[in-house]
Amino acid sequence: MRLKLAGEGALILYLGETADDLTLARVQTATIAIEKAMGNELVDLVPSYASILIVFDPLLRSHIAVAHGVRGAIANLNTAAVTAGRAVTLPVLYSTEAGADLQTLADHAGLTIDDVIRLHSDTEYRAYAIGFAPGFAYLGQVDKRIAAPRLDTPRARVPRGSVAIADRLTAVYPAPSPGGWNLIGRCPLPLFQPHEDPAMRVSVGDRVQFEPIERERFIALGGLLP
Amino acid sequence: MSLTVIHPGVLSLLQDRGRRGQQHLGLTTGGPLDATAFQHCNRLLQNPPDCTVIEISVGGLQATAQVDTFICLTGAAMSLHINGEERPSWEVQALRAGDSIRIGFAHSGCRAYLGVADGFNIKPSFGSSATVVRECIGGLHGTALCAGDRLPCATVTRRRRFYLPDADRPRYHNKLTVRVIPGYQQHHFSRQEKRNFFGKPYRVSAQCDRMGYRLEGPTIRCNLSGLLSEGICFGAIQIPPDGQPIVLLNDRQTIGGYPKIGAALSLDAARLAQLTAGATVYFTPISVHTARRALQMAEHFILARPLRERQA
Repeated sequence: MRLKLAGEGALILYLGETADDLTLARVQTATIAIEKAMGNELVDLVPSYASILIVFDPLLRSHIAVAHGVRGAIANLNTAAVTAGRAVTLPVLYSTEAGADLQTLADHAGLTIDDVIRLHSDTEYRAYAIGFAPGFAYLGQVDKRIAAPRLDTPRARVPRGSVAIADRLTAVYPAPSPGGWNLIGRCPLPLFQPHEDPAMRVSVGDRVQFEPIERERFIALGGLLP
Repeated sequence: MSLTVIHPGVLSLLQDRGRRGQQHLGLTTGGPLDATAFQHCNRLLQNPPDCTVIEISVGGLQATAQVDTFICLTGAAMSLHINGEERPSWEVQALRAGDSIRIGFAHSGCRAYLGVADGFNIKPSFGSSATVVRECIGGLHGTALCAGDRLPCATVTRRRRFYLPDADRPRYHNKLTVRVIPGYQQHHFSRQEKRNFFGKPYRVSAQCDRMGYRLEGPTIRCNLSGLLSEGICFGAIQIPPDGQPIVLLNDRQTIGGYPKIGAALSLDAARLAQLTAGATVYFTPISVHTARRALQMAEHFILARPLRERQA
């Protein structure tokens, strides 16, 4: 565990070096412990794969006081208490129409499109972090055989619901945005609904599995093409 | 009861002080790019500090009032006309139902704040009215102001006519020194790289917006790669593979994986956001203790100074 200075009103707590289940459990328990012990002194907590950014008001609190509080809060972390996360199933239309890079990714991997679909949908993923955009969940780990680097030139606009791969991570784009991940399909369900509670379908720590669906079902669930 | 937008100008956004406690959902903070000018605006109007105002980038906003109230314009030097007559900025101005407001284009700085007595009454999303266009969140409908938008505000008949004396107003130059608290991955930058970063001038590039300001100048190398994405604080200075620093501002993404050499002092990040492409920026390192003292002094300067009142 390392606690470092980030800015005038921010410290960053590192709880591991890699994105793995143990580090995820540490991040989750530490986030809860810090929130419980000193939530009303803080402005924001930003958990990620292996770190938590702790944001406070420097006019009200000094670094030293916040660092002291954080060390106390996480002195006796019990990662066994962390829940296994909810199981979430997301339907996906895998096709070259819904996923512009599906064919290229299969060709590079030396696999058929059906292999790619099977390898992507047979794996249960953990949500390691939420960020980049509202409701954007980084899911890992993608099977090595279909891991693919980001595009050299990001797309100016990735369609809403796009299911994509970057290295050993996969994600669903909750809203249209620029993006450099490899698109392999599309999920018809909204991932981020600002007026619903909860606003997000997936939270950090959840277990996510993708379920291949046909085009008709995709349309029936409200999916849009192309 | 409202102010109606006739012409939104280049970019006008409703902003309060920003969204807090929502970054775990991936929601950024938003809020005024120049927090100092924003604070002055609400203080002069005798509003609570978190009232919603309009952030006007570059200028060109036109509106009409359907209500008797008071307004105040602070920040970048943009002219303010009420019914065609020029009125001073940094000063509370009376407005009558039927009056028209016209804001000119900035001739120094580029963000101005137009506040109204008691603030615009905007329904908060995720605890804030701050508009973040990229996320389609905040404001009236998650977008920049458009012609025809009605901005609800109360009838206010009495308000003291405070103004900020000329000598106390910020000046916006095209040259700025940004104080930086070294932090994050600073140990992964060699002494030579830091000497370049903290010694040589940078230029504000054309890629500068509410997410961040990209600068052009000496290339900075970092001996670190494959950093896991982590939380990005306000003012964080990230160094992408091309070695050109980006100062991350209010609408930054919540997490990112580029190494960071430190974070700009918020007071200077606010000044940076008043610069336009071509302006010169120097970076200088300061300790976190010096940073805290600078923040306390600035707060004291704004809050503890008696306001002057214009006599009718």
